[in-house]
Amino acid sequence: MKFSLSAEQQDFAKSLDALLGDFDTVSASRAWARSDTGPGTDLWRKLAEAGVTGLLIPEDLGGVGGSHLDVAVAFERLGYHGAPGPWIESAVVVPLILANSDKPEILTDLSDGTQCASITEPDGSRALDSHVAANTFVVAGHRLYEGTPSKKLRSVDPVRTLFDVQAGTAIADLDPEIFTRAYDSAALACASSLIGAGERLLDDTVAYVVQRKQFGRVVGSYQAVKHALADVKVALDFARPLVIGAAHELSAQSAVASRDASAAKVAANKAAYRAARAALQLHGAVGYTMELDLSLWILRVQALVTAWGTTAHHRDRIATALTQEN
Amino acid sequence: MSMKFTADESAFRAEARQWLGENSPGRLPSMDTENGARAHRQWERTLAASRWSVVAWPEDLGGRDASLTEWVIFEEEYYRSGAPTRISQNGISLLAPILFQHGTADQQARYLQPMTDGSEVWAQAWSEPEAGSDLASIRSRASRDDERGGWILSGQKTWSSRAPWADRGFGLFRTDPQAERHRGLTYFLFPLDAEGVTVRPIGQLDGDAGFGEIFFDDVFVSDDDVLGAPGDGWRVAMSTAGNERGLSLRSPGRFCAAVDRLVALWNERDADSAATSGVVDSWIAAQAYRLYTWGTVENLSGGGDIGAYGSVNKLFWSQLDIGLHETALELLGPDAELRGEGAPADGAWADDYLFSLAGPIYAGTNEIQRNIVAERILGLPREIDARKKP
Ligand SMILES: Cc1cc2nc3c(=O)[nH]c(=O)nc-3n(C[C@H](O)[C@H](O)[C@H](O)COP(=O)(O)OP(=O)(O)OC[C@H]3O[C@@H](n4cnc5c(N)ncnc54)[C@H](O)[C@@H]3O)c2cc1C
Repeated sequence: MKFSLSAEQQDFAKSLDALLGDFDTVSASRAWARSDTGPGTDLWRKLAEAGVTGLLIPEDLGGVGGSHLDVAVAFERLGYHGAPGPWIESAVVVPLILANSDKPEILTDLSDGTQCASITEPDGSRALDSHVAANTFVVAGHRLYEGTPSKKLRSVDPVRTLFDVQAGTAIADLDPEIFTRAYDSAALACASSLIGAGERLLDDTVAYVVQRKQFGRVVGSYQAVKHALADVKVALDFARPLVIGAAHELSAQSAVASRDASAAKVAANKAAYRAARAALQLHGAVGYTMELDLSLWILRVQALVTAWGTTAHHRDRIATALTQEN
Repeated sequence: MSMKFTADESAFRAEARQWLGENSPGRLPSMDTENGARAHRQWERTLAASRWSVVAWPEDLGGRDASLTEWVIFEEEYYRSGAPTRISQNGISLLAPILFQHGTADQQARYLQPMTDGSEVWAQAWSEPEAGSDLASIRSRASRDDERGGWILSGQKTWSSRAPWADRGFGLFRTDPQAERHRGLTYFLFPLDAEGVTVRPIGQLDGDAGFGEIFFDDVFVSDDDVLGAPGDGWRVAMSTAGNERGLSLRSPGRFCAAVDRLVALWNERDADSAATSGVVDSWIAAQAYRLYTWGTVENLSGGGDIGAYGSVNKLFWSQLDIGLHETALELLGPDAELRGEGAPADGAWADDYLFSLAGPIYAGTNEIQRNIVAERILGLPREIDARKKP
């Protein structure tokens, strides 16, 4: 019985932490929000060298041929450090969909980081960060189309630029299974990012409340403050095993993979949202400013909670599974 | 679940499932009633006769030398079979680990075996009227009786689960009033029918006398019944507190089985109801708890330590238990009011709901657990202690 991360996966997480920690992700994100994608693209290339862009791309196409557990590990770190860009779309969804199409050559460019791609959610009309993507795809029904980005839309998270996308030429009819698996994987990567972002919000808030003083004491010594943070810790610690469990199921292509990916997304949505609310509240007014870097994570969480399936949507999927199992 | 179990582990699961399928009594009357206590002891005897009572213990004590993984597998199968919570749990999961670790050979010989078959049920006598969350402030005392080679206990304990039906108790007494709060305490084992002991049952919110007060009026306990060294009681006791909050009492099998019943109830009553999100969230929480536990098992099997994470665990299971039962009551609608015969599931939902309400109180209140998580895991400053002079 083996549940937790392998030594290699732990080392992978540490190496990503080192890479992302050395890089000024905050400045890259702020620049990205001003449409200066230069620093973010540099970071993209560095992470490509570390294998993150090619995790789900087969080795013969230049990828790493990794597992969903590797995805979970990588995206938690991306979420923790707040890396900008269409990571879920380009490194998870598009590779899983194109691996089975007749356009695998695009994957070679994705895996070495020379290009990135974006894609709509199933039957959705918006794509993330199409302005940096060499290709934007549209998923409608079981068909994959080239997409043309048109109108730019504003996200609650200024680091995310959304585009309305029109479907153009149809590229492939795909097995519904493939879309489902790609969607589940996106939900999983999104859940991992949320847990990473939640951990970051918790760490930064702990650091703040142990130095901020009011009424002659550090505010972190007040019980209302402690209890709010303890509840965040509990929520995050119990969301992570669902992500790991779902990653195992996805890699095994098991019958309950969709149900379990949805469970991971619901729990991560709730835990990260709780972390964001507590972080904002416990920073007081400074937490409500754009200036403080905390805002990057608070707004990222807000956006990711609804991306790749809202809480209600994933609850519905689980409810359906639980009715059918009976 | 694609977690891989070894062939031995799978065989162990199959054997447990088969035996429980043939022998599980299903729900028994409440163990906190005279009839119920009798039925539960009988069930303990049945378990012991086929060596399913203490699977993780050595074979010569009636166990199966099961690994931690196998123990969790057994618990999953146990609750899946609908079998009841164990009347012997204070003994086998709170006292026994301490007896194995700190007990003398003589104490192990006298006490371990009789707790495996329900012939000796134990009560935990820690809390006192003035010492709940602040357990180290206990006042019940033990003074030295050199002549008889032992100690004289006096004072009062309270909220002691099972005390009205139990045979023996274990608890902390102050043996050195001069010593620092956590120092001068000693861990004693005593019979509840000893001369000078009076047990007064107390009705619980659920109507049964599940716990009681214990009065000690110069009760003699010989040196043979001091567990660990005199004065070392706090340290000895704290090794069980972790057990209670962590793995041992609340194995995931319980919540998985309860959520399976909840899903069945929901499918049968109204799968489109407003309660659906509660059902789904309860299912997610039970699944999270199960997976978290496998992580803990792996950590412990690799030589790790739970430490303050027992408190993270306790906060989660106690809240999960209440949420799950609140959802069941929501599904039952007006029938949720009913208890006992004529109620849905003969009142099992109502009974279990009432019991779940105690979860955030016993085994250390959730407020105290949040303090522990905040201070020992997140590193926030310690609570200001009003007893300390500034
Ligand atoms: C069903 C049940 C079974 C039990 N079984 C046993 C048993 O077998 N053996 C046994 O010894 N005991 C048992 N107990 C007792 C249990 O351990 C105590 O109730 C518990 O430790 C709390 O103590 P108290 O009831 O005195 O509450 P108090 O300590 O008086 O607390 C009252 C309230 O104040 C809060 N509070 C106290 N201190 C703080 C603080 N520093 N910060 C924030 N909030 C605080 C508490 O969280 C609680 O909400 C049982 C209790 C129940 C309900």
